[in-house]
Amino acid sequence: MTIPANCRPSQGDAPAFPVTTLPARGGVGLKPEHFREILDTAPDVGFFEVHAENYMVDGGPFHHYLGRIRQRHPISIHGVGLSIGGEEPLDAAHLDRLAALLARYQPESFSEHLAWSSHGGVYLNDLLPAPYHVGTLARVCAHIDHVQERLQRRMLLENPATYVEFAASTMAETDFIGEVVRRTGCGLLLDVNNVHVASVNHNRDPRAYIRALPLKAVGQIHLAGFARDIDAAGDPLLIDSHDAPVAQVVWDLYAFALDLLGPLPTLIERDGDIPVFPVLLAEAQRADRIMRQQLAATAPAEACA
Amino acid sequence: MSAQRHFAEAVLAAEPLCPPGLMAWNGSDPARRFAVYRNNVMVSLIDALADSYPVTQDLVGEEFFRAMARLFVRTHPPRSPVLALYGAGLAEFIEGFAPAAVLPYLADVARLEMLRVQAWHAADAAPLGLADFAALLENAPALAATGFDLHPSLAVLRSAHAVVSLWAAHQAQDGTPDLTAVDPALPESALVLRIGIDVEIRRIPCATAQFILHLQQGLAFGAAAQFALDTEPAFDLPAVLGMLICGGAIINLCQPRREPA
Ligand SMILES: [Fe+2]
Repeated sequence: MTIPANCRPSQGDAPAFPVTTLPARGGVGLKPEHFREILDTAPDVGFFEVHAENYMVDGGPFHHYLGRIRQRHPISIHGVGLSIGGEEPLDAAHLDRLAALLARYQPESFSEHLAWSSHGGVYLNDLLPAPYHVGTLARVCAHIDHVQERLQRRMLLENPATYVEFAASTMAETDFIGEVVRRTGCGLLLDVNNVHVASVNHNRDPRAYIRALPLKAVGQIHLAGFARDIDAAGDPLLIDSHDAPVAQVVWDLYAFALDLLGPLPTLIERDGDIPVFPVLLAEAQRADRIMRQQLAATAPAEACA
Repeated sequence: MSAQRHFAEAVLAAEPLCPPGLMAWNGSDPARRFAVYRNNVMVSLIDALADSYPVTQDLVGEEFFRAMARLFVRTHPPRSPVLALYGAGLAEFIEGFAPAAVLPYLADVARLEMLRVQAWHAADAAPLGLADFAALLENAPALAATGFDLHPSLAVLRSAHAVVSLWAAHQAQDGTPDLTAVDPALPESALVLRIGIDVEIRRIPCATAQFILHLQQGLAFGAAAQFALDTEPAFDLPAVLGMLICGGAIINLCQPRREPA
């Protein structure tokens, strides 16, 4: 594995070169519906996150607004189309577009998904699952090496929300992610809603899942809402829909994760049924409150240590 | 065949297929779970088309539009993860889509809507202002001999149908289009141009459309104007030039790239 020297994580327990420099606060997904209001009101929010692909256009209002918003706020760029879990080589043209976007906006964080979305030249616009075995592991690690070398920075890899499992899988998802992090030096974006959704869908213990992750690598958290369905046996099947407020059960799991991780940049993801901006801001502030409470609860213990 | 090829084909298949090798913890039929992926992909891409083609959707109704879009997505899935301009082939698809044949203007309305989306995302370019033209406007031979680089967002659509009137009627704030004054069979031409960050669509006379297209193709100003005057003796050259300059449509003076045919 060849990672640029300046991006290579340190060995042992020494702190790694930071994979993100976002503040440990609540952030909000940036939506065109809210561009003007955000510029007009300069809200006190930790950061804004954008989907990389939405800004891979030549010019116009998207760049107009993002350029102005970026001058005032930290931003995180979140890719949805690299197809890191794909069987085919990465799309070099797409990686070039991504490098240009990162060079232009210099985001505090860049993340992508443990999933695939392109095959045979067709883009399927969803985060599709892959089996966890040595073949996928080798491909995912090679792809992340490729990304980190091309972008000259470490990336965060997001744990997926999935609806099926594969007979071909030979590893637990957490072991797979742990091995990817160990081999590539990438960071981890812990999507707590994805943990909840996948745990219900595959009858796992979400807290055991989180404990089994390489927690030192976590650099950012995602929170989102889900929708409910059922599978063919009538068991609950949760859909990672991003079209609802963060559910209480996910807030609880978030507090559990913070106890293990300490405060981290935490994004409220919302992609459907977009509410007015203050509704999203309030969710980000709720994340801020939970982080403050968690700090207050652990600070005395740390002082004595 | 690779596992992901099976998976991708089943995602887009018309009939509910399920690729091999999937399972669920409770032993339930994975097809039901796999259907979530099929639905996510299809619905998100149909939504993307509906976002780009709101008037086309209004003209045929949501149910018809989504059924048509579903067929389009299956036959023309995206080739890139950048979806901003996805669906540029919809107008052509509509032309061959028999159930839409009763609305002969539908394809051109779709064409106009895609030009609008393309203008929205086109590259930024600083326009020349009136002052940049001051000297040129007093030197008729130099003006006649120059070519113009037009703004990257600029597009002209010439249609055998009343595309601009149809489109404009669907911009009513209350959402109820007033089509009583629109005769869809009247030919119209549209100028699409982003001014700042707002895209404007305006109806322009046929000769103006031809004139701007000639400029865009690299003809010298004088030659383009002569064509327009030959087609339409009432062609108002100063007014059209004023509209282009004030709209920020001209970004550079250049050598003509083409001779008159
Ligand atoms: Fe996420």
